[in-house]
Amino acid sequence: MSPMARTAPVPAATDPAIIRNFCIIAHIDHGKSTLADRMLQLTGAVEQRDMKAQYLDRMDIERERGITIKSQAVRLPWEVDGTAYALNMIDTPGHVDFTYEVSRSLAACEGAILLVDAAQGIEAQTLANLYLAMENNLTIIPVLNKIDLPAAQPEKYAAELASLIGGEPEDVLMVSGKTGVGVEALMDKIVRDLPAPTGDPNAPARAMIFDSVYDTYRGVVTYVRVVDGHLSPRERIQMMSTRATHELLEIGVSSPEPKPSKGLGVGEVGYLITGVKDVRQSKVGDTVTTLAKPATESLGGYQDPKPMVFSGLYPLDGTDYPVLRDALAKFTLNDAALVYEPETSAALGFGFRVGFLGLLHLEITRERLEREYNLDLISTAPNVEYEVTLEDKHVLKVTNPSEYPVGKIAEVREPMVSATILAPSEFVGAIMELCQQRRGVLGGMDYLSEDRVEIRYRLPLAEIVFDFFDLLKSKTRGYGSLDWKADGDQVSDLVKVDILLQGDQVDAFSAITHRDKAYAYGVMMTGKLRELIPRQQFEVPIQAAIGARIIARESIRAIRKDVLAKCYGGDITRKRKLLEKQKEGKKRMKMVGRVEVPQEAFIAALSSDESKDKAKK
Amino acid sequence: MPSALPLGLPAPEDGVLPPSAAEGASDRAFCLYVHIPFCAVRCGYCDFNTYTATELGGGASQDAYAGSVLAELALGAQALEASGVPSRPLSTVFFGGGTPTLLPAEDLAAILRAARDQWSLAPDAEVTTEANPDSVTPESLRVLRDAGFTRISFGMQSAVPHVLAVLDRTHSPERVPQAVQWAREAGLKVSLDLIYGTPGESLEDWRTSLTTALSYGPDHISAYALIIEDGTKLASRIRRGQVPPIDDDDHADKYALADELLTAGGLQWYEVSNWARTPADACQHNLAYWRGSDWWGAGPGAHSHVGGTRWWNVKHPRPYADALAAGRSPAAGREVLSDEDRYVEDVMLRVRLREGLATDTLTTSGRRAVAGLIADGLVEPAAAFAGRVVLTFRGRLLADAVVRRLLPD
Repeated sequence: MSPMARTAPVPAATDPAIIRNFCIIAHIDHGKSTLADRMLQLTGAVEQRDMKAQYLDRMDIERERGITIKSQAVRLPWEVDGTAYALNMIDTPGHVDFTYEVSRSLAACEGAILLVDAAQGIEAQTLANLYLAMENNLTIIPVLNKIDLPAAQPEKYAAELASLIGGEPEDVLMVSGKTGVGVEALMDKIVRDLPAPTGDPNAPARAMIFDSVYDTYRGVVTYVRVVDGHLSPRERIQMMSTRATHELLEIGVSSPEPKPSKGLGVGEVGYLITGVKDVRQSKVGDTVTTLAKPATESLGGYQDPKPMVFSGLYPLDGTDYPVLRDALAKFTLNDAALVYEPETSAALGFGFRVGFLGLLHLEITRERLEREYNLDLISTAPNVEYEVTLEDKHVLKVTNPSEYPVGKIAEVREPMVSATILAPSEFVGAIMELCQQRRGVLGGMDYLSEDRVEIRYRLPLAEIVFDFFDLLKSKTRGYGSLDWKADGDQVSDLVKVDILLQGDQVDAFSAITHRDKAYAYGVMMTGKLRELIPRQQFEVPIQAAIGARIIARESIRAIRKDVLAKCYGGDITRKRKLLEKQKEGKKRMKMVGRVEVPQEAFIAALSSDESKDKAKK
Repeated sequence: MPSALPLGLPAPEDGVLPPSAAEGASDRAFCLYVHIPFCAVRCGYCDFNTYTATELGGGASQDAYAGSVLAELALGAQALEASGVPSRPLSTVFFGGGTPTLLPAEDLAAILRAARDQWSLAPDAEVTTEANPDSVTPESLRVLRDAGFTRISFGMQSAVPHVLAVLDRTHSPERVPQAVQWAREAGLKVSLDLIYGTPGESLEDWRTSLTTALSYGPDHISAYALIIEDGTKLASRIRRGQVPPIDDDDHADKYALADELLTAGGLQWYEVSNWARTPADACQHNLAYWRGSDWWGAGPGAHSHVGGTRWWNVKHPRPYADALAAGRSPAAGREVLSDEDRYVEDVMLRVRLREGLATDTLTTSGRRAVAGLIADGLVEPAAAFAGRVVLTFRGRLLADAVVRRLLPD
């Protein structure tokens, strides 16, 4: 048996019987990209000399953080018992923020490799994606990776996987993406165990979009899985959600570099290029059909991406505002989930309120903006979207505390999530304490194995967007993992806490909190600001207030001495240069009323203590 | 290590100044500063350019030092002439250090004589030397008086032994009244330098130092907040937690006490850190710095200023001596101030003085800032209406902030 197929099946003319579509479900760090690298090499899809680590992760930030943000599909040739097969590996994003994209990737497959680190066991997000795959009736191939690690416990985690998906621990494959051990056997198993795709070749074409990527040179590249019919070059295609039509300029497969083909048939996975410039015109989850012979029913499952977390992004240097504006415009070309609108803050100047899928999406976007556009940004504390009903029945959506209405509020609803936490059982107490503090309601608890539990909570989203994950990690010595999904909303007793410096409200520090936590927030923020704001020529009271009621108070004592004792002949040049430096420093101050607040104070006040500690290291 | 020199333009070997330096020179006073870079021991707080005898040798020794200074004075007179700066009699001469009185009084006298030969002394010229109370005798003081010295400034620092110990000062407090008395007998005016805010110094310690200093009846007292300079022994002791750090509020309290006791003792402030019995007792030499006069600074590391050109000599006594032995200017670098720089310096220096800063020299934005400074109690309203920006007591403590508000952003 030769591992490498001698003649790879030709796209557009491939019998569905020799196609296998699969994805890899894995947690960050569990070695998905490395395993994918081995598959690329083993099948000869990538020449040895072109190989680089994490080949499929295209962005630097993906390689650095070891996560996949955008998924991709690769067609791999593989021969079993003299038959050449076409394997389509659909890479999936590995983070909770991108659950919807994961679900579309799963919907494009018949099977999934459940890849778990043999030294760590399954994590919450992997479990969530596994359940998703099982709901979609995917065939699961359980695999333990990194069996070469000294800390690997293959027997223990094989039993865990077997109990999760049914079957025997011996059925769990043992591989090492690093050394390549077991990868050939895995390829064979994919061919043997996964069902071939089925579909009607004569029906009107239907293909599902599972990813869409903006490329500077080619415009939007859309990744699809054909379910029925056939797509051909130069044909006019139609997006079923919008009825928009485009000419198919190019169609082909990734192997992994793009290779144009004569089309794509039933069960095939490939890419389309239509010349559109914005991923919003080619939405993940949408169904592609042809204008000449349009399908009547879409494949279903399409959702508009819904931003869950909102944060104000402000350039540190106000003159960078146009750069930020252009950068965000470019980013949305490739990120259908990113929404933004201009916003003005009295304290921070001109910026944007940006909506994200979650915290990681926020962090990555901010980091890329800073890196790729050389920007220094302040991001305000993340917020969720509240629905405020006024006594006159008027309903407002509030994503920014400064827009929170003053006056007669009948009801405030906040978004809820159902969260799943996996951790060693010894941490159950600490986790429950944390979730209770965060207004969580226990949904249930199950033992995955003797010493690992799955805990389910319903929590307000607002309680988990700031520092919840960091705290969970520190309370479980790094072993805890979290997954969450939106779960409706609920009426809550929420208030807006304002922070006043010398009587002037600083909008950037306002927060919407539960009434029971308003005092704690006020004490925390006024205390932080007292440390962060340098003494001024006058005393500066710092107050936290709900409406007109002061709930916490601190004060920065006036500076009493700001004079150099000696200024003689030899000191003058030095003193003048010091003065110039102080004037430069003043430019980095934001004036709040008469109070000079250093930019650093905004950054430090708006970041969690946890991330400040990280920055110190 | 003594503090670093500024970065600037290179200075030419002949010391000749740009033409702008000569403009309006005849309307400006001309002064001389002579730096004596020697100390018996190095104090833990000091970042001045000074060396102990054991750190030096060869042509840079104390014995040969006066010769190098004489060479610089000759070169200076030539360079000024070549630059078109008219020769003016010296209004003031100031010997600073280091410890000038570590040199034999005859050496100091010889340097003063050479300066007089080059430029002549104005009839009422003030000639000061700094001194350590330990390093003077009735005889040496008489030699100085006879050579033309009019004033002596003793580094008393504190009257409290444990404070002196933290500062590494070797003199015993009892030496000060004796030295003051000898100086008086020799006919010299006396100034005392005090330092406050030394780690471990209580407010009562400081009160003791002030009342003790006043009891000696000096004509002038300088009181400086201790500045912890990078690279000093005291800075590293604070960093290691061996002595407590400096507290600005403590400094403010002690400044208030100084101003109160010195005023009650018959001295009046004329600059942020200086008090004098009568206006005539104010240090004319230091006033020249603050008023933007011209001065030649001789000696290693000394700074000079003539008509908007500032320059500074090489720091170490050896290359200093070598340059002069080879007939070259010892200047290490210079800067030619722009009009804007000169304005900034003028505001920064004059605002420290009781005579203040003329409001009509301020830019429009500076004049606009004055109202706010009056409202904040930092500037005297009556003086401002009379056309001068004069700091209030609170303003003196926040003088740097006042300067920043007077200058354009």
